[in-house]
Formats: sequence, C-alpha cells, structure tokens
Amino acid sequence: MSQSKAPVSGSRRTLLIATGALGAVGAVAVAAPFVLSMTPSARARAAGAPVEVDISKVEPGMMITVEWRGRPVWIIHRTQEMLDALPKMDERVADPQSNQPLQPEYAKNESRALKPEYLVIVGICSHLGCSPSEKMKAGPDSGLGDDWLGGFLCPCHGSKFDLAGRVFKGMPAPVNLTIPPYKYLTDTRLIIGEDTKGA
Amino acid sequence: MAKTNAVVDWIDARFPLTSNYKTHLSEYYAPKNFNFWYYFGSLAMLVLVIQILSGIFLTMHYKADAAQAFASVEYIMRDVPWGWLVRYIHSTGASMFFIVVYLHMMRGLMYGSYRKPRELIWIFGMLIYLCLMAEAFFGYLLPWGQMSYWGAQVIVNLFAAVPFVGEELSVWIRGDYVVSDATLNRFFAFHVIAIPMVLLGLVAAHIIALHEVGSNNPDGIDIKKKKDPKTGIPLDGIAFHPYYTVKDIVGVVVFLMVFSTIVFFLPEMGGYFLEYNNFNPADPMKTPPHIAPVWYFTPYYAMLRAVPSMLSSQFPGVVVMGAGVLVFFAMPWIDRGRVKSIRYRGPYYKFALATFVVSFVALGWLGVQPTDFLGKFPGSSVEMATVLARIFTVVYFAFFVLMPWYTAIDRELPEPERVT
Repeated sequence: MSQSKAPVSGSRRTLLIATGALGAVGAVAVAAPFVLSMTPSARARAAGAPVEVDISKVEPGMMITVEWRGRPVWIIHRTQEMLDALPKMDERVADPQSNQPLQPEYAKNESRALKPEYLVIVGICSHLGCSPSEKMKAGPDSGLGDDWLGGFLCPCHGSKFDLAGRVFKGMPAPVNLTIPPYKYLTDTRLIIGEDTKGA
Repeated sequence: MAKTNAVVDWIDARFPLTSNYKTHLSEYYAPKNFNFWYYFGSLAMLVLVIQILSGIFLTMHYKADAAQAFASVEYIMRDVPWGWLVRYIHSTGASMFFIVVYLHMMRGLMYGSYRKPRELIWIFGMLIYLCLMAEAFFGYLLPWGQMSYWGAQVIVNLFAAVPFVGEELSVWIRGDYVVSDATLNRFFAFHVIAIPMVLLGLVAAHIIALHEVGSNNPDGIDIKKKKDPKTGIPLDGIAFHPYYTVKDIVGVVVFLMVFSTIVFFLPEMGGYFLEYNNFNPADPMKTPPHIAPVWYFTPYYAMLRAVPSMLSSQFPGVVVMGAGVLVFFAMPWIDRGRVKSIRYRGPYYKFALATFVVSFVALGWLGVQPTDFLGKFPGSSVEMATVLARIFTVVYFAFFVLMPWYTAIDRELPEPERVT
C-alpha cells in the first residue's frame, strides 16, 4: 500500500477507523484489571478494621499512641490547664473553628473531641505525612519560645499544632490534623474507626 | 569491502551486523574537537551497565517483604560472600549516575546540544532523567529503613495534593492506606523490571536519534557542511571507533578509580550517599527528627519547601517542584540564540547560565538542611533559609522564563567556519 500515492478509499478508511477504535476499546478494557489490581487488596481493606482502646490507665497529661490503619492515632488526656489554653490559641491558629471538614461533625467544637478531656487524633501531619513530635509541655522548656502553650511540632517541615491539633498560621501544613471517627463504648473504652453512624 | 571471514559473511546475509558496526562505530563520524565534557555520555552508559549487573546480583538475596526487607539487606552486608561489595557498588552507582547525568546535561546547556536538529535527543534524554528519578525513588524504599519509609511517605503524599482525585491516586500508588508491604512489593517490581525496561528503550532511542543527526561539538557548528568532496566524510569528523572509543576508555579508567575509592573508602559519603537514619528499620509510628531526601533530589525538595500552602492546599508547592523538572523540556524552543555554543554566546546567556548553576547548587544545599538552620530574621518569624530558597527558586525559573528574551537580544560572536 505504501507504494501507492492514491488516497485510501472512503469505505476502507471508515473500516480502518472502526477497527482502530474497537482495538482501543479492547486495550482499555484489558488495562482495567491491571490498573485495578493496584488498588488496596481485600486483606489491606480488612486491616482497616476499627480498634478498641482501654483509656482507663491514661493519666491526665499523658499521651498514648495506638495503630489504626497503619497510622499512629494519639489519645491525649488533657488537663484542665491544657483545655484552658485552647481559647488563647484562637488568634494564632489558621482555622480556629475547624471549618475544614477534617473531623466528624460531633468533634467540630473548640476541643475537637467528644469529651473535651480526651483528644483522639491521627498523628500524621497534613503537609506531607510525617508524624509530628509531642511538645505538650508549655513554656520555654519546649524550645519553641516563651509563649508556647503546648502542642506538636512536625520535624520534617516545621509545622506547629496546638493541643487540639489545630495548625498555626503560615505553616507548610495547610490544614488541621485529622480526627478519626470514634465513639465511647463505656467511660473508659473507646473504639477508633467506627462511630454511631457506623463508619 | 575486502573479503572478511566466512562467519561474518554468513551473519551479514541474515542480520545487518557489518552495516550496523559501520553506522554506529567505524563510520560514525564525530567532530574531532570533543573535550572533557564529552565523557559523560559514555560514562552514563557505563553506570547503567554497573547498576543493572549489581542489581541482578542483589535481587538474588534481597527479600521484597516488609517483614524481611531490612534484615535481608543486613544479611547481604554481613553473611552473603562479597555481598557488601555488590551493595556498595549499587548504592554508589546510584549517586554516581546522577553526578554523571547532571554533568552530561550541563554539557548540553553549555554547547546548545538541545537545539535544532537535536530536539528529540534532548527530549529522550529528559525522559531518561525522569526514569532515573523514578528508579532512584522506587529503589530507595527497598532497604525499608526509616528514611526509605518516610521518604516514600512524603513523595507519595505529593500526589495526594492533586485536587479532587489526589487521595484516591495516592491510595492507588501505595496499594494501601499507608506505605506498607503492598507498596514495597510494587516498588520492587517497578525498580527491577518496569522502569529499567523503559530506560533501556529510551537510551536506544537517544542514541539512534543522535546517530541520525550527528553529534554536536564545543563550537556548536555543523561539521556536515564541510565534507571531503571525494569521500563525502566531514572534514572535521573522525571515526567514533577507534578514536573516541580509545578516548572514552581513558575516561572510564579515571572514573573507575574515583568510583572504587568511594566504594571501598567512603561508601556512605558522610551520610550523603547512604543516609544514617536509614540504618534504623522503618517505623510507621515515628518520624525521624530530620528527614531529607538523598542529595540528587534536594534542589527540587528545597523548592517544594519554599512554596507556602495556599487556599488550604499544598498543591502549589508540588506544582512548582514538578515544573522545576519539566521546564527543561522547553529548552529547544525557548532558546532564540543564533549560535549554539557558550563560546560564541553573548554576556546575557553566560550570566544567566551562571546564575542558574548557582541557584541549582544553592537549592541542593538548602534542601539537605533543616528549614531553621540559619535562624529567623531578627524580629520576625520568617526563616532565613526559607527566604533564601524562595530567592533561588525565582532565579532558577528566571533562567527559563526570560530565555526567549535575553537570548534574542544577546550580543553574540560570529561562529567559525570550521571547528577550532
């Protein structure tokens, strides 16, 4: 065919286009299972199951880390002093009212928690996924200045968060830390990854 | 051609052996004025071979399993006979690959090797560079150390910053909600088979395109304009083999001396080739206090950190970083200079290239430091290092964005008729 300079006839061109289009559809259809094989497997999905935590031994001012979906979830027993510090931070954080949807509706309040004294929060920075270090102690000992009221500092890019996981203004991290869905089974047991709506 | 031996005749009747040998070696006429900068193309091929060979032997002992990967690397280092050597060759090769390729790209910028008719050579080369970055990134997760883990976490999260589909995209890349065994397994597949195959194809395309149009040279002039009227061979051309094969062997020997010195005496290179944090196994619950990518990514990493988040999204930083790499593709079309080589360029281009090199190196240096290492501006909360990174990012992009303008008005010198 390449020797001939004569144009391909109209009907033959139509057939060529039809064949090509059908081949392309077939190629996409064959590609689909390969692309989908890279999504999380049934086992990975199952590993996302809720975890139960006993918080009776978490003293005021203490923090524990539990693993949920492979991520660190912090549970912090906030003291009255820590809770009193939160309103003072409103000026310095980017989203004081937690308007960004990073928490279930029931945790969209000043303390970002079901019960103000227990903060349950995913310990992964909203910037690029590092895990911030705890700097819960207020004051100059933290190394973060005299006016530090306690919170978290991301070691990777220096984002700062307060004791409700709200990000400071002008940080690399764009939004607050995420509150996972959770609920209390009893006063001292909670379940992460499931709430009353059924996560 | 004179009578060759019967075996070659037999092959030539069935496979274009002699004609390929002539086209690509004995009768490929390269300009006779190649200098030091022309070593790095063949050295890049050498490092590719080193990486493939050492990589094959590493896969014989490595376990791509989150529970076993870290221990299997230790096993290679301690128990496998000569395993330490094979691994240090591979880890040193990774950094040397980038050194060689950065110098090779620098040659292109200096002598205008990306200009017409070599646009496709440049594009294939840039695709090779992208593959190399992917290869380095996927490979870096495999030892499953702390830097492997958190480096992959940060880079995959860059994709999560894409508006609307980002979250699903990052889950798809990881194959899990976090960097996990599934991620390690697929990164292994990409690192040992998918990317190397693409890489080999691109290297072939790069060389085929080069041999189609012929090599550029430090004078940036076309040697095919002046040919011997009798033979049709360019007057300033010499056969690649034996002249440049012999020259390149000298380069190979010197390169291998440097390479061996690093492998045997400085395999960690003070934490730049192998980062100390990576001697701790991956811990998804705890980020190391200071994380930085390996040196060859730090210029782009510094750009990423320099851009503040906007509209509750860190996507702008990701875009700037991506643009920093992809902007090279535009070079053949944004350069409006009338001469190719730096030797005949005017002062504007020379100044622009110098500022570009300084900003690239400075960004690379800033990228390995913590953001607060220079302290804050007195009386403000702005980090000095962040401001510096922003300035150098602007300079970096100015080189490209202003290029159509400053190359057009530059006071260039006349090119010579023949190579000098």
